[in-house]
Amino acid sequence: MYEIDPTRLDLAEEFRQKPYGRHSAELQRVLNRMRSEPFEGHYVLIREGRFGPYRLGRFGPSPADPIDFTGHVFASAREAEWTVFKLRWQKLTGRELPLD
Amino acid sequence: MPKIVGYTNRLSVRPGESIDFKVSCEEGAAEYDAEILRLICGDDSPHGAGFKAHSVAGSINGRYPGRKQRVNAGSFGYVAQGVPIENHAQFVVGLSAYPTWREEKSEQTLIAARAVDRPGQPGWAMTLDAEGRLRFEISDGRVTSSATLSRPVPARNWSRLLATIDWSAGEIRLEQVGKIAETRATAKLSVDRSALAAAPLTIAAELVEIGGERLFTRNHFDGKIASPGLWWRDGGDRSAPEGTYAVWDFSIGIDTQKIRVRFGNGHDGILVNLPTRGVRGPIWRGKHQRWSDSADDYDAIHFHCDDLHDMQWETDFSWTIPADLPSGIYAARITCAGNGEDFVPFFVLPAKDAKKAPVAFLASTFTFLAYANSHHGYEDPLSEVCYGALLELGPTEMFLKERRDFGISLYDRHRDGSGGVYSSWHRPILNMRPKRALWNFNADLHVIDWLTAAGQTFDVITDDVLHAEGESLLRDYRCIITGSHPEYHSTQMLDAFEDYLQKRGRLMYLGGNGFYWKIATHPDLPGVIEVRRGEAGTRCYELPPGERFHSFTGEPGGLWRSLGRAPQALVGVGFVAEGFDANSYFIRTEQSFDPRAAFIFEGIGADEKIGDFGVLGGAAGYELDASDPALGTPAHALVLARSVEHSNTYLLTPEELLAGFPGQDAIENPKVRAELVYFETGNDGAVFSTGSITWAASLCHNGYDNNVARITGNVLRRFLDPRPL
Repeated sequence: MYEIDPTRLDLAEEFRQKPYGRHSAELQRVLNRMRSEPFEGHYVLIREGRFGPYRLGRFGPSPADPIDFTGHVFASAREAEWTVFKLRWQKLTGRELPLD
Repeated sequence: MPKIVGYTNRLSVRPGESIDFKVSCEEGAAEYDAEILRLICGDDSPHGAGFKAHSVAGSINGRYPGRKQRVNAGSFGYVAQGVPIENHAQFVVGLSAYPTWREEKSEQTLIAARAVDRPGQPGWAMTLDAEGRLRFEISDGRVTSSATLSRPVPARNWSRLLATIDWSAGEIRLEQVGKIAETRATAKLSVDRSALAAAPLTIAAELVEIGGERLFTRNHFDGKIASPGLWWRDGGDRSAPEGTYAVWDFSIGIDTQKIRVRFGNGHDGILVNLPTRGVRGPIWRGKHQRWSDSADDYDAIHFHCDDLHDMQWETDFSWTIPADLPSGIYAARITCAGNGEDFVPFFVLPAKDAKKAPVAFLASTFTFLAYANSHHGYEDPLSEVCYGALLELGPTEMFLKERRDFGISLYDRHRDGSGGVYSSWHRPILNMRPKRALWNFNADLHVIDWLTAAGQTFDVITDDVLHAEGESLLRDYRCIITGSHPEYHSTQMLDAFEDYLQKRGRLMYLGGNGFYWKIATHPDLPGVIEVRRGEAGTRCYELPPGERFHSFTGEPGGLWRSLGRAPQALVGVGFVAEGFDANSYFIRTEQSFDPRAAFIFEGIGADEKIGDFGVLGGAAGYELDASDPALGTPAHALVLARSVEHSNTYLLTPEELLAGFPGQDAIENPKVRAELVYFETGNDGAVFSTGSITWAASLCHNGYDNNVARITGNVLRRFLDPRPL
């Protein structure tokens, strides 16, 4: 299993600058690891209106189960990507990401 | 959450024909308003072309009383008249079951006959209890006797389940016999047999109410059932007289919605809500892969708690299409208090004998059906890796997450994990709406918007009518334009296209991942399509071996490419890759400077990036098609442009790979690209293909003044010009 190197802050910065589109090969590995978390607890955005706001939640054990909201609210999906990246970075590396 | 939703009894309608509208006020609004709109553009996104629709003066516009309409999802077998139990010493109920539940759930009924209209509901039921154990219960309306096995019936294995109600011995005996385990149980029987009477018999659910034509059920069984039957004996030893009340043989009429008895007269029944037929039964061993080759191997039906055919809602209003209503895409806009709003779309074709417009837009109604009320975008845990973006559930998705009874799509798995193979339009299809994600229906309105802005007269035709009428639907048009994602087609539809293109027909395929999956329909089931996904293709599930032939027709299912009619042979390009995080653009190839293609590039610079703009970020995106001579791209086809700079999430589709190996994304594999292709067909027909789903979303950029609109307009103008190409 690919392990995220917590010293590679350059990859986090690359993602912050450009969350969608072409990434470096190493950042893509980081994202693949982060995004392939199991269904239970998987982060999901709940869009309340036609174009927002977005509330962050996590799936329950199965699709039929209720979503557990984390309390985060975002104006855009792009904004949410960075917060979830930081949350996953901490979970997978055991270290808080020292970037805003 | 949607406060009001609706559907129609048909998607396609012509002047003089009537269409019924069925509406439910989900939160109990006492009244609602309805208005017919002609839809032009559904893209209400901040940088989109804007929502555009024209009100249509219609006799049905006005205020209506509201009500919440009921839904009864979950499939079952139904024998209305039931089976009278005679005065014999023993009554035996038996069937083979293959439970597929993945987790413990509430009681599931295998077979039951209870009189729902009598006090105490006398009757009997064979069920699996909440722990999955076989249980039999019988009641005379006052006293109930029951027996339950001690261990669960094994999941995903066949077991023969028997209940003997022995009046002479005063006991119920239960047996479960199978490869994994055998269990037995006995319990005291103390009900009054004379109080029992024939009651409606159900298989895979229990009846709770009969409301006119509608049946309401509960305790749906998830799994397969084979050979259910009822017998009698007049004693406990082998020599005792015995006989059959009824044995249903599900190998009979696999292509129907009827269940027939092999033994016992007068007890044929029906299936409700489209359980899956043509599935492997207890004796299937892999010798046969097609149900029609050995029906005995396929004497099973797979029932699901979330199967749905027809919601059977009451009709709120009907509209006879006026003779002078122009062909187009329309919707009934229904609104209620609390900002409740829904759009119920329908497609108006020109009258058969009307003078036709020079061009027809072909609405992908079968593709809309395939994706109807899809859940797969978030139920698959790997979706985020595929999309390259966080999963997102809007109000519609949250509603569907809560309301599984609105049915699933052909991309979803049923609750038990098996793939959905039937989809119906007899329900609200909440992702076939304007003001939704730019995908399929709403994305296709970009083409309508562009045609309208260009002042081009056009008709609208549909997949379902093309399937029914064939090439005769196309022949009056100089040019046919597809939507952004015409993915699902029947044999009849491909035949019609091929015929049309050899008779001067000209086709503009403005999409990607088109002509990909084969579907089937059934003459007794209008508004329903079937897909059988096999071992190839980009897909959300794979059906079990032996279940990849359509139950409606017996034809093989799967990719048209796997069936020998690859899209490359029809439209020059076929699906190669997909990705969803960011879209890109095209650059011209040497072949774009061929004199044959000069008309396409009038006003386009040699080095222009084509489509590096648009509401979806680029004209090359989401799902990409490319040419492949080995799969049938004509040798004289011109590859005019190729897309570049796709992201890491754009990956080659599995059917392009013979083995897994690294380097299959757009960064490393040059096969991950879309191609613009043009070629002439017989008798001065022609095909222009864009090979990209997001092409149409770039048409409106900069007030329709851009190179995607210019190329599309150049092609359309020339294709409408009857002069030889």
